[in-house]
Amino acid sequence: MENIALETHNLTVSYNRKPVLWNVDFKLPAGQIIGIIGPNGSGKTTLLKSIMGLTPLSSGYVEIFGQQLNEVRSRISYVPQKESVDWDFPASVMDVVLMGRYSPKNLFKRISKKDKDIAAEALEKVNLLEFSNRQISQLSGGQQQRVFIARSLTQNADLFIMDEPFVGVDAATEQAILKLMQEMKEKGKTVIVVHHDLQTAKDYFDWIVLLNTRLVASGPKADIFNEELLQEAYGGKLNVLSKVGELVRQNDFPIREKQRK
Amino acid sequence: MDDLLNFLSFSDPNVRFVAFGTMLLGAAAAIVGTFAFLRKQALVGDAVAHSILPGVCLAFIISGTKNPIYLLIGASISGWISMLAVDYISRNSKLKSDTAIGIVLSVFFGLGILLLTSIQHSGNASQAGLDKFLFGKAASLTADDVTIFGSVAAVLILVVFLFYKEFKLISFNPDFAKSIGLPVKTLEFILSSLTVLAIAVGIQAVGVVLMAALLITPAAAARFWTHQLWKMILIATFFGASSALIGTFVSYSYPSMPTGPWIVVCLSMMALFSIFFAPKNGIVPQLNNQKINRLKIRNENILKLFYHLGEGNKNFFKGYTKQELLASRDFRIQEIVQGLDHLKKANKVRKLDDYWHLTSTGLVAAKRVIKLHRLWEMYLNQKLKLAPDHVHNDAEAIEHIITPEIEKLLEKELNYPKKDPHQSTIPYND
Ligand SMILES: Nc1ncnc2c1ncn2[C@@H]1O[C@H](COP(=O)(O)OP(=O)(O)OP(=O)(O)O)[C@@H](O)[C@H]1O
Ligand SMILES: [Mg+2]
Repeated sequence: MENIALETHNLTVSYNRKPVLWNVDFKLPAGQIIGIIGPNGSGKTTLLKSIMGLTPLSSGYVEIFGQQLNEVRSRISYVPQKESVDWDFPASVMDVVLMGRYSPKNLFKRISKKDKDIAAEALEKVNLLEFSNRQISQLSGGQQQRVFIARSLTQNADLFIMDEPFVGVDAATEQAILKLMQEMKEKGKTVIVVHHDLQTAKDYFDWIVLLNTRLVASGPKADIFNEELLQEAYGGKLNVLSKVGELVRQNDFPIREKQRK
Repeated sequence: MDDLLNFLSFSDPNVRFVAFGTMLLGAAAAIVGTFAFLRKQALVGDAVAHSILPGVCLAFIISGTKNPIYLLIGASISGWISMLAVDYISRNSKLKSDTAIGIVLSVFFGLGILLLTSIQHSGNASQAGLDKFLFGKAASLTADDVTIFGSVAAVLILVVFLFYKEFKLISFNPDFAKSIGLPVKTLEFILSSLTVLAIAVGIQAVGVVLMAALLITPAAAARFWTHQLWKMILIATFFGASSALIGTFVSYSYPSMPTGPWIVVCLSMMALFSIFFAPKNGIVPQLNNQKINRLKIRNENILKLFYHLGEGNKNFFKGYTKQELLASRDFRIQEIVQGLDHLKKANKVRKLDDYWHLTSTGLVAAKRVIKLHRLWEMYLNQKLKLAPDHVHNDAEAIEHIITPEIEKLLEKELNYPKKDPHQSTIPYND
């Protein structure tokens, strides 16, 4: 792999001292659409959050385009799980999409006309332009998802990290989102997507990461889709691993000495 | 009455000053409170308000004066400690945050009452008025107090104005804010400090017991009136400031009255009013809307009845008595009476002797409802593959809500069918 978009190195993350990601170590190629797949509670959201520095790491590190997160932040767009916000918030579709234009550099500054144009363009791409003044609580789940994607489009990023963008959208929207991702790929961007559905995963992604607390496999989809690996990822929890995790939690044991790169 | 005029004319410069000051406090609390409300921190606000009391008392004991600066510092410190305590307990123990809030609130407030009682029994002459912190008393504010608390409030408002965009983002989606590299921790620290300060100055007007109401109620009421954050803030400010003004007035006119309860009573009235009467979201407009819908459905059903009878008789303009109409469809007698009256005013029916006739305007309206009904049956039958005997009831409801735009779409999509699934003719108004 010459062109690496993202690398996690021995990543371990715990909640209340119980590890939910264990020694996850992989490299992801740039310019591809990458699916992160695993059963509920397997740590997919946690993985994205630790990549984005939203969850403290117990050990290991993450490199993006060969650099630390803070140096490349402006090249990354993070799309959180739709359920992570309260859609009853008093804001319009346009307000939320414009948030993609905020940055530490324009603290205190007002939103400019240019930002608004960029936001309108993004809304057009996800087919929501006519809804731009709509209050966000009056959107359907699929429309909310598209609002988040439009916000991400305004960020002009090279790496997109999306948490379950296909959840709760209808088939037409799913295809539209996928098409956007393919356009991004053609422009050389990297798209990392958390995904649930094994059936469609095969068609959607070039590269697949199978996750179940630990890394089950990471590779081009042709190598990953075999019975054995899928069984490993989905065939229930790893018994010993989860038992040890519980022990660690109960005994308040340090999972590993914190190490810096 | 004279009191009111005197007060409103602001002829007494001191009254003017204090009134303006408390309005600023009310406004600052409402503005900062809007963010606390949106971040679901209403209860934290209550805990901080109660926890400020020991800080005020200690500041008084240590400094020996009621100098507003010392009191403000004491209040802010204990307010902050309580906020950190809530945070720490809910993060590091198995207790849920509401329990943590309850614990912190009662411990701090209990301590505060203890200190307050011991100060009052100490015989210190300058302690008089410290108990005003419980329920607030605007009339006892000195010019110095007002200057200091008013300026703090003004600064709070200014800071919110500066950080408006960022506060909005961290209230809506803090994870995203972190992901783009905003200093979310710092912004949250600033917002929390603003909350503590707003509470610390607000208690001058309402006292610690009712401070949470001054913080949260304006926002809760304002939420009913708008879906836009900046409008919500403006409306909350108006509610906060105007109740502060009214409370101050009462406190001036009837010196035995504490200010806080009056402010809170006003605020509660405004909130109640909003809950009931805010356009669209209020209970009354919603009921009203339901009533309008009911009437529309009733009138359209009467028109349909005329049409059906006319279809049978091959004469749409034939007249019928009330009894005939009642016999043909299950209406209550009032419904028919009121409905016909309504339709008569709209020129859709007319009455000759005892017979009611459809007018030509009425026929157009009746045709439209019938058409929508039959088109919708067609749609359900063709596109949703429902059997013809399953589509009627659904169409009975939907026919009344289809808008002209959807009507056009429907016609086009079905390609202007002539018959419905029951082979009845679909009437078009051409
Ligand atoms: N804030 C938290 N505190 C404690 N435990 C957590 C927290 N968030 C997640 N967990 C636990 O960590 C594990 C992994 O959660 P995560 O949300 O990463 O899973 P996921 O793969 O994204 O699941 P899903 O498919 O349901 O979204 C789960 O067992 C969950 O219960
Ligand atoms: Mg998840």
